[in-house]
Amino acid sequence: MKMVKRAFVAGMALFGLASPAMAAWSDVNLRVGVTELSREIYGLHMLILWICVAIAVAVFGVMIYSIATFRKSKGAVPATFDHNTKAEVIWTVIPVLILVGMAIPAARTLVKIDDMRGSELTVKVTGYQWKWQYEYVDHGVSFFSTLARTSDEARQLDSGIRPESVENYLLEVDNPLVVPQGKKVRVLITANDVIHAWWVPDFGMKKDAIPGYINEMWFRADEPGIYRGQCAELCGRDHGFMPVVVEVKSQADFDAWLAAQQAARQAAAAPAAQTAAVVSPVDQVAAVRVAVAE
Amino acid sequence: MSATQTHGHAADHHDDHGPAKGITRWLTTTNHKDIGTMYLVFSLVMFLIGGAMALVIRAELFVPGMQLVDPGFFNTMTTVHALIMVFGAVMPATVGLANWMIPLQIGAPDMALPRMNNFSFWLLVAAFSLLILSLFMPGGGPASGWTLYPPLVLQTGDALPLAIFAIHLAGASSIMGAINIIVTIMNLRAPGMTLLKMPLFPWTWLITAYLLIAVMPVFAGAVTMLLTDHFFGTTFFAAAGGGDPVLYQHIFWFFGHPEVYIMILPAFGIVSEIIPTFSRKPLFGYDAMVYATASIAFLSFIVWAHHMFTVGMPLAGEMFFMLSTMLIAVPTGVKVFNWTATMWKGSLSFETPMLFALAFLFLFTIGGFSGLMMAIAPVDFQYHDTYFIVAHFHYVLVPGAVFAIMAAVYYWMPKWTGHMYDTKLANIHFWMSAIFVNVLFFPQHFLGLAGMPRRIPDYSTQFADWNMVSSIGAFGFGLSQLLFVYIIWKCAKGGQKVSAEVWDGARVHGLEWTVPSPAPYHTFDEAPVVK
Repeated sequence: MKMVKRAFVAGMALFGLASPAMAAWSDVNLRVGVTELSREIYGLHMLILWICVAIAVAVFGVMIYSIATFRKSKGAVPATFDHNTKAEVIWTVIPVLILVGMAIPAARTLVKIDDMRGSELTVKVTGYQWKWQYEYVDHGVSFFSTLARTSDEARQLDSGIRPESVENYLLEVDNPLVVPQGKKVRVLITANDVIHAWWVPDFGMKKDAIPGYINEMWFRADEPGIYRGQCAELCGRDHGFMPVVVEVKSQADFDAWLAAQQAARQAAAAPAAQTAAVVSPVDQVAAVRVAVAE
Repeated sequence: MSATQTHGHAADHHDDHGPAKGITRWLTTTNHKDIGTMYLVFSLVMFLIGGAMALVIRAELFVPGMQLVDPGFFNTMTTVHALIMVFGAVMPATVGLANWMIPLQIGAPDMALPRMNNFSFWLLVAAFSLLILSLFMPGGGPASGWTLYPPLVLQTGDALPLAIFAIHLAGASSIMGAINIIVTIMNLRAPGMTLLKMPLFPWTWLITAYLLIAVMPVFAGAVTMLLTDHFFGTTFFAAAGGGDPVLYQHIFWFFGHPEVYIMILPAFGIVSEIIPTFSRKPLFGYDAMVYATASIAFLSFIVWAHHMFTVGMPLAGEMFFMLSTMLIAVPTGVKVFNWTATMWKGSLSFETPMLFALAFLFLFTIGGFSGLMMAIAPVDFQYHDTYFIVAHFHYVLVPGAVFAIMAAVYYWMPKWTGHMYDTKLANIHFWMSAIFVNVLFFPQHFLGLAGMPRRIPDYSTQFADWNMVSSIGAFGFGLSQLLFVYIIWKCAKGGQKVSAEVWDGARVHGLEWTVPSPAPYHTFDEAPVVK
């Protein structure tokens, strides 16, 4: 498999002569990702890709052979047959068998994706034009996540800032979602204005965020790190500028982070509570954002 | 079975006059050939306008960063590019071909409903005038994607009613065209031409016409509900009022998926005409081709939600739509195998129409493979709304439907004009199109797999290389099409005279090759007899 993969990369590199910076496999293929589901999805993708490649080699082979051999210019005399029942049955039945072979593992993975049981943390994601809100529903923490200022400045029309000079251009946010490593995280997804879609390629999943609906999906990230994705459903003018960034931390680091968030929230709420009995949610959010920025 | 002008005179018909003079001819014509020509010219103009919009998109995406247009205008370009290409270029081109060729292929004197034929063409002109006008409305043109999903589409400014009325008119035009084709095929076939003796192009169009009648009203209903949601306080698609935004998507794709086949089935028909002619061999598995087309049409009604795997359907729904979608590979495979078997042990020559048909065969099949990949629901959770999808549907639509239409134009243009096109230029047009279309769309597979969402005006720098390659391909492809326009213009003006048969041995492949070239204004005044 590795050999085949390498040959394929080499072929792609040839195809990409026009592109001197032609780089890694990950630039032309799906990512393996860091969750059980993403790896299964990647496996399915490769399985079906190779089946398609095999069929293509066979079918295109016959076409190319016909084009090369049965040429009028070579004096080919046309045959007169116009059907062959045996052949037609064969090329109807074999594809059906191949499809059944594809459908079985696909169905198995689909069932697994749909299994939301046993989650250890629930995060609610709300899409807005054009930012995300993350809410740790059992821990009283919530905040907004918007495109990082450096990217936002560079992406203005004729900003004069080279995108290459901005680290993680368009894939950086002010406040990433933080989740613990190795825990089954259930994501509840909705939207407050138009439809968005929350997508992290390394987790293998995207789901639409639809006003009036609460969709769910889950992931369990095996490795700590920062994972980046984007809104995947056209949501208006700045659809291209609402990235998704998820930071996976070890359980201990996550607990510390969460505690700090809760503390910051309380600290921000306390002086406000002295001056006013009722604190508006907007103020709370603003306060948390200030606290997080610090 | 001989051609007809002489017959017309002998029978002392009074309707054997030529066309009216000047502009009146085109405004009031009821002649299927004139109307076919108008449809084809209209679709060529739309192809160039829609193509120019695609070049705006590719120019902005040439390098990362925003250099040329506002993101809102970028969204307008993706939206209107798609609407124009689908409803203004591909569909009218196949209708134009149907108008020209179906009467000639089935031995009919004209379309069955010639006045309605004229009306359906001019409605289309009105429709696209409205759509293009909508670009200049306060608040900008429609920018919600051609799928017009609410709630986003309801944020459109004054362009919304214009775009919706444009869709209504284009839909009415399509329905009339479809009725006309069905009535023509059902009633005006030459004596002896049973349905299962009919050439494949009328066959695929007959099935397409039923699809059109079935789904255009559904789409009209969906956009009308958008209209009332926006202007009359209904909440069909607004969750806050008890409505459901996902309902729109179900209705839209119940239309939208058959719509995909409305664009590709006539292309199947064209390729099924061209490959036998240039293989000098009858079409392999004619009956199977007809049944495969009908199966694809049937399946197109039960697969729509594969466009919406990420909306959060229940598991059973995802499972059903995954399996039903995978089934489409079977009849589609039969078609590809039959075309290949038609070439097997034939005597092939490679005139321009054949080159385009062969490119169709290879490249449409690639689009079919990526289609099969995205039928797999769990994997589609990754592919959905990325450039992988963009690559897929452009492979089936550009080197698929559009190449088939170009093949048809080269195949039948000598019959229409009486002149052979400039074969050298036409072959250059083919090779440039075939190479650049791959430079343009193949890298988009990579972009999508690597994680680039569709419909974004700017992208992370990791996607820079392939976007640049794709944009170079786009400009190469776009420029090649100017050559196409020149070739058509030149062929209409003059060129080497062609015989009635045009192509070596074509006579056995269809009635259209029995009438003189150029085809006289009136043909088959007396029906030929088919044995």
